[in-house]
Amino acid sequence: MKAPAVDYVRPRSLTEAVEFLAQAGSEARVIAGGQSLLAMMNLRVASPGLLIDIARLPELTAMADDDDAVTLGACVTHAAIEDGRVADPSRGLMPRVAASLGYRAIRTRGTIGGSLALSDPAAEWPAVLAALEGEVIVRGPGGRRALKCTEFTTGIFETQLSVAEIIEGVRVPKLAADARWGYLKLCRKTGEFASALAVAVADPGSGHSRVVSGAANGAPLVLEDTSRLVAEDHRDPEALRSAIAADLDRASDRHFDEFQRNLHTVVVLRAVRQVLA
Amino acid sequence: MTAIRLRLNGAAVAEDVPPRLSLADFLRERRNLTGTHLGCEHGVCGACTVLVDGELARSCLTLAVACDEREVETIEGFAGDPVMAALRRNFHQHHALQCGFCTPAMLITARDLILRRRAGSEREIRDGLAGNICRCTGYTNIVTAIAEAAKEIGKGAPNGQ
Repeated sequence: MKAPAVDYVRPRSLTEAVEFLAQAGSEARVIAGGQSLLAMMNLRVASPGLLIDIARLPELTAMADDDDAVTLGACVTHAAIEDGRVADPSRGLMPRVAASLGYRAIRTRGTIGGSLALSDPAAEWPAVLAALEGEVIVRGPGGRRALKCTEFTTGIFETQLSVAEIIEGVRVPKLAADARWGYLKLCRKTGEFASALAVAVADPGSGHSRVVSGAANGAPLVLEDTSRLVAEDHRDPEALRSAIAADLDRASDRHFDEFQRNLHTVVVLRAVRQVLA
Repeated sequence: MTAIRLRLNGAAVAEDVPPRLSLADFLRERRNLTGTHLGCEHGVCGACTVLVDGELARSCLTLAVACDEREVETIEGFAGDPVMAALRRNFHQHHALQCGFCTPAMLITARDLILRRRAGSEREIRDGLAGNICRCTGYTNIVTAIAEAAKEIGKGAPNGQ
């Protein structure tokens, strides 16, 4: 189908974009790559009154590479991350994830900020950035604030972003040289949304280890017991299985059926094995 | 209505468009460039793939207004392009199409794969084509045609590119 009628503005600065959003309120939608929003509009699932196009704002496509972290502007595309056109704080994890995301024609336009703002439960970035201890930097009428990626996504298509706020960027701490990661996305066709995905990061230097399940019927699911075993370099498959089982048991609000439970268990085990290999 | 100016297949174009108009509908209905095809209109089938500023883009998931000051290339714009010429010849020789609906976008996607050096193996080509659906061929001949074109270009171009 075709998108419904809509108004369109292209602000010249982030401040102006926030002003437009504050004026229009929930009638307006911010559009960056539009790779989900335009599909939803074409399907008439979304019918905003106003589109605020932020894709070309220089302050949102910028990147900062500091000693301990890389900050990516919200409108950095998946393709830019895939191609290594921006600094990589994650020792290869983020380019690997970007390359697994949708199709090239989607990745050239879709953005990391857009993925976070929508927080599709099956999306890659909310889970991966939670595993990397990233922070979402958000700009609103009241100024700027930073939110932990582990807390930013609160549910299915739900985030802490308030009506008049726009994601400015994401700050990702750098992994140490001896850090390791594992990533597995399970989907039946290359480029599809995941049926299950898992990210495992182990950074022995900082003591930070985290295993996160994505496509988990809600916000990314941090697997606490499993993360602890990874931090301890625990390799016994039975111990890992029971840790994953305990973590999934605790997530009773996700209502996994037996099939999903098995899928998540297998995917997490494989991602963890990549880390411990 | 919003005024836009862009370069379309090398020529300057200026028009007034409603914001909801997709780039695909702009191309097909305003510019009569009907080589860009619309299958699903939600980014899954890949038939509407074109180039925006030299990068692959779904024209069904791109607004025409967002192409203001951009450069757009469609299947009609590759007459003098050597990679496209090699692809066309190989698609013909290897019977890489039946109904032809997916073909323009297959060619544009394949050209991008070759130029980004992502057509070095069958696996790579199949991964790269995952976003372009063909309901006739079973893909085998499309993959063969792209592999052969990539080989030809590899031989013909300077610096082994």
